[in-house]
Amino acid sequence: MALKTLTGNYAIATAVKLARVKVISAYPITPQTTIVEKLSEMIELGELEADMIRVESEHSALAAVYGAASGGVRSFTATSSHGLLYMHEMLWWVAGARIPIVMAVVSRTIGPPWNIWTDHSDVMDHRDTGWLITFVENNQEALDETIKLFRITEDKRVYLPGIVALDAFILSHTTEPVDVPDQSLVDAFLPPREQPYVFRAGNPLVLGNIPRDLKWNMRMREDVHKAMERAKKVIEEADHLWEKIVGRRHGGLTECYRCEDAKHFMIGVGAWVGDMKEAVDYLRDRFGLRVGLIKVRYFRPFPSEDIIKWLNNAASAVVFDRSISPSVGGPVFIEVLASLASAGVRTPVRGVIAGLAGVDVTHEDLANVMLTSISEVEELGAFKQNVLWFYGGE
Amino acid sequence: MPISIKDLPKEKYVLPGNAACPGCPENMGLRFVGMALGSKAILVVPAGCTAVIQGLAPGSGLNFPILNVPFASSDSVAAGLSSAKKVLGEDATVVVWAGDGGTADIGFATLSGAAERNDDIIHICVDNEAYMNTGIQRSSQTPLGAWTTTTLSGKKERKKDVPLIMLMHRIPYVATASVAYPTDFIEKLRKASTIKGFKYIHLHAPCPVGWRFDPALTASIARLAVETGMWILFDAEGGKVTISPPSKPFIDKSRRKPIREYLSIQGRFRNLTDEILKELEKQVDENWSLLLKLST
Ligand SMILES: Cc1ncc(C[n+]2csc(CCOP(=O)(O)OP(=O)(O)O)c2C)c(N)n1
Ligand code: SF4
Repeated sequence: MALKTLTGNYAIATAVKLARVKVISAYPITPQTTIVEKLSEMIELGELEADMIRVESEHSALAAVYGAASGGVRSFTATSSHGLLYMHEMLWWVAGARIPIVMAVVSRTIGPPWNIWTDHSDVMDHRDTGWLITFVENNQEALDETIKLFRITEDKRVYLPGIVALDAFILSHTTEPVDVPDQSLVDAFLPPREQPYVFRAGNPLVLGNIPRDLKWNMRMREDVHKAMERAKKVIEEADHLWEKIVGRRHGGLTECYRCEDAKHFMIGVGAWVGDMKEAVDYLRDRFGLRVGLIKVRYFRPFPSEDIIKWLNNAASAVVFDRSISPSVGGPVFIEVLASLASAGVRTPVRGVIAGLAGVDVTHEDLANVMLTSISEVEELGAFKQNVLWFYGGE
Repeated sequence: MPISIKDLPKEKYVLPGNAACPGCPENMGLRFVGMALGSKAILVVPAGCTAVIQGLAPGSGLNFPILNVPFASSDSVAAGLSSAKKVLGEDATVVVWAGDGGTADIGFATLSGAAERNDDIIHICVDNEAYMNTGIQRSSQTPLGAWTTTTLSGKKERKKDVPLIMLMHRIPYVATASVAYPTDFIEKLRKASTIKGFKYIHLHAPCPVGWRFDPALTASIARLAVETGMWILFDAEGGKVTISPPSKPFIDKSRRKPIREYLSIQGRFRNLTDEILKELEKQVDENWSLLLKLST
């Protein structure tokens, strides 16, 4: 173990090295670029033995790692915003082919106008592809979760690709102390790659020709759905194993912060969960309010069971989303509502849309939204407005 | 080394009863790829007729390992696959088998990228001069004057010269080929498979469905394209252009058949005007003179 100061992007690059990735391909886009620059440097210095395919587009980046992974080697790519959108059809293809790949997405606003600051719209646009999606809160989690994601995606109960999402600049370019595990510990955690099939000369395996039976094609999609369900357990197991070997855990699908006696809940994904924790402390210490926080670590698979468990007897929940599905609400909000409805839980839930396009949101802002929301729900037993747009401190 | 058909492997890579139309040039081409590369080949196939020709999953009418991939992705997938085989120390020839759309249009950036990086793959463009899979729409490879469902009164633009564009990528090997000259194609494939880096082969593939001709005539029409000088067979190793034996006689313009012979048996040129014909003749002359300049 060694404590190092690393940006989120360097933490990801370090994880990729520790995972002994063999093929990397990526195309530059701010703020992802320093991940691949770092990996290129590691290869040049001989610290990492991998092939870097310097492609001409993101579509080609994911295509190249898909080819490499189908050929039997551990592969990695990284992108952001417009780059991720440019890859879109490839994400479906990789998931449908059940090929494990890990991709880092430095989540960034989508244009117009051009905007490099954080926003979760890019990742959320890919929620239906069949990729596992985890959002990290800090650089330590970025490193740990990237390594874990290789193990999870290559587990035969899962065999799906996975995205580790980290917020633009807030994590990608901010230095934090990160505990880098020894290679031997990572090797003990991460077994050699397994995958459902490997393309080899002489073995006439065919992937992707037209199906004879459409029901059989539909079943492939059901299998993705089931694998995603099975991934829940695999994610929990990986978290425990990581703790056993490395001595650190972040939670499986969710982390609940000061939830034990909580009546009112904040819910969110990504880096601003750190600010939400501060808001919880502030609301508890200053106002004596019993507020807790559900950090949704995995957006896919979505932790419905955890949400139902925590909110079953709660007085209210406020879900903060850094993206919007227009005319409905934030993606996390939608999933929380659906989870509660499926279990008949009638806890009032408000969806707050904030921090889009990189608009700054402080922990005081978050606490203020909670104060108004809690007083509203205590007075009326419900929220006046289910979806609220919040632009930050006035 | 000249190849004789009877020395070629008997193993079948194109199985009877697959879903190709009668007289399909892609099916012919695939058979020759099997003869040339045998069990060393892994095919990467984007959207296009060959996605259909394979027949219905879980079966396959082709006896190669085939990775079907999104339309614009093939050369990158192949580059990754080739890299993986190298990492694992496995012997394989990774071949992109793409239509003219998958090569020259939607797949062009990907093709150019892989060529510029000199990724170790063979790209075969099976050129039936239109998007056949989606029902005969024009592509950048459709010749001037040809009818397609999106150029009802004949295409107004000339065919983009992809082999020469690839030559200008300074890749180790570029060749043109034709389904009418299997031994020439097989020789070129064999040569390509011994060269490291990016290899490009552009295979002329007349399609009875899209070009409107009798399916018994695929090979004859492909041969006429060469004999009229409309399609020139050459290869270029290390940038050095050599006119291939089947096309050599036609360096002499007087030995070329009139291009009308080639065009008049194709329904897609039914409404050909004298003006377009003259323009096409001019293009043939231009193509020859440019190529001959490059070959000296
Ligand atoms: C991104 C995308 N756009 C469009 C299509 C539809 N499409 C499938 S095959 C094809 C044309 C194929 O033409 P070509 O590459 O010339 O091959 P051919 O069918 O002639 O063999 C098109 C337009 C697609 N599959 N993917
Ligand atoms: S349309 Fe032409 S190229 Fe396509 S399968 Fe039929 S004959 Fe072959």
